[in-house]
Amino acid sequence: MKEDSSTGVLIVDDEAPARSILRELISTQPGVRILAECANGFEAVKAAADLQPDVVFLDIEMPKLDGFEVLELIDPKIAVVFVTAYDSYAIKAFEVHAVDYVLKPFRPERLAAALERARGRAGEGRKTAAAEIAAAARPAGTFASRLVVKDGTRVHVIPAEKLDLVEAQDDYVRLKSEGRSFLKQQTIGGLATVLDSDRFVRVHRSYVLNIDRLARLELYSKGSYAAVLTDGTRIPVSREGHARLKALLEPKGSRH
Amino acid sequence: MSALHPILARKGRLAPFLSLALPLAAVLTGLLARPGAFRVGEAISLAWLLAFVSLFLYLSVWYVIRGAPPQGGKLVRTVVTHAAAALVTSSVWVLSGAGAARLLVPLWGKSFPSRYGEQVPVLFSTGILLYLLSLALHAVLLAFEATREAERRALELQVLAREAELKALKAQIHPHFLFNSLNSISALAGTDPARARAMCIYLSEFLRKSLAFGERKSIPVGEELALARAYLEVEGMRFGDRLSIEEDVESDGQTCLVPPLLLQPLVENAVRHGIATTVEGGVIRLEARRTGNRLRILIENPCDPDAPPRRGTGLGLSNVRQRLAARYGTDALFAARHLADRYLVVLSLPAHTDE
Repeated sequence: MKEDSSTGVLIVDDEAPARSILRELISTQPGVRILAECANGFEAVKAAADLQPDVVFLDIEMPKLDGFEVLELIDPKIAVVFVTAYDSYAIKAFEVHAVDYVLKPFRPERLAAALERARGRAGEGRKTAAAEIAAAARPAGTFASRLVVKDGTRVHVIPAEKLDLVEAQDDYVRLKSEGRSFLKQQTIGGLATVLDSDRFVRVHRSYVLNIDRLARLELYSKGSYAAVLTDGTRIPVSREGHARLKALLEPKGSRH
Repeated sequence: MSALHPILARKGRLAPFLSLALPLAAVLTGLLARPGAFRVGEAISLAWLLAFVSLFLYLSVWYVIRGAPPQGGKLVRTVVTHAAAALVTSSVWVLSGAGAARLLVPLWGKSFPSRYGEQVPVLFSTGILLYLLSLALHAVLLAFEATREAERRALELQVLAREAELKALKAQIHPHFLFNSLNSISALAGTDPARARAMCIYLSEFLRKSLAFGERKSIPVGEELALARAYLEVEGMRFGDRLSIEEDVESDGQTCLVPPLLLQPLVENAVRHGIATTVEGGVIRLEARRTGNRLRILIENPCDPDAPPRRGTGLGLSNVRQRLAARYGTDALFAARHLADRYLVVLSLPAHTDE
């Protein structure tokens, strides 16, 4: 925990020399305290929650969780500076409102400038929604292959093919996978855009369904359906949802 | 096949073709001057005209062949087409002879056309024979053209394969590897100058070797593995305890030749998609073994099956596949497999020790 007005910094990189140069250069700056160094994404999320840093220097390619996934799971008030050898992520980094993007190897002045910017922006809060981050992090034209959820200081990774159902709950979504359920701060509309539209269907204002889990459709009343899932769960299907389901289930050739 | 007749399409071919008229006219003279037909003078004058007409008339066989290709077409249809074409061509030829006979009246007298008429059956049969002869000659010409075309294509493919190889070589030193290594050197320069210096040396060794390999067509697999070792020494500085190497290389197999930098993308994958995805790291195993006339190479690395997806997966693999196909055709085997938290790549190549 920070007791004084100094800037708390977290260093996240899986390579020891990369952490050491960051530590060396940042520790010489006045008014800065290095709170911890982390070697993978899980550690970073936990440290960010426990130590509440103002600024995180974050590598992108790491074990467990990549830099974008870490950014998605930590407090949006924390200013994030990406530090990586890959220039191909730069545009994505700014799409997710990273404060700066420093390419390895860097000049000491470049790092100092990034730190200065980050200190100015710390506590401001990123306005990026989780959906935007997830959308920016994956290569164009592809869908999220996995979802990350924070549960206290624990991180759960849900592969997209194991996601059964998504249910909207105010500002959150409840993700159901293999009999378990996880709460994530995200809108259902935002989540629907990152999921593979050939597999996941928004069957109702409040539900996104993995089509592989659909057992059958039941007619409730005239024009109103319920979807029965393979585990027996019943969820409502709106008229638009029914049309989307029909479009997906019909073989492409028979559409006119 | 071009629309233009191959003999007319090339300049150098016309003169030898026209010179064919000479033997043809001689044969026709012999035919027309046989006892009971024409006198020699009459035969010569007629034979020359008929020979020149036939040369151009029978070029049309080419268009009949193009219209009814012998391969793939029905045999009966082809035969009927050619039979009809032979009758028509021969008729036209005989008729042109009749015209010539009429033109020659001032020279050989009024009875010349009717005497020509008596020779029509013989000339008509000759016309059919000429058609068949022309057909045979065209078939030979076509086969010749096809062979040349095939040779040209093969050469083109060879050039393309070589270009693909060169492209592959150029693409293989990843800038990220360089930047990450330089970043490590920059870090170590402050804290551990001796290791920074060692890393500069390892990196230079690796670069010098891989640049030199690019110039060569084949290298012994032992040298390729030495390059892999130099690469892994550099990466070892970055990853520390997370990366260790185990080698099982038979001295017998070391001299077998492989395309240069063939294993490099695989070793890079073993680090980037293997070691780098795991928290604890592990062992990269390299194995090269010669069994009879086959060389077997194995690269094994730990990986985290639940690691975040990384970019560029599969590019290195398809690159290796292409190069193997370009060099060995179907004689090389390549397999890559996930086994829980290990990743395994196996290559089996013909074991050559000379070019």
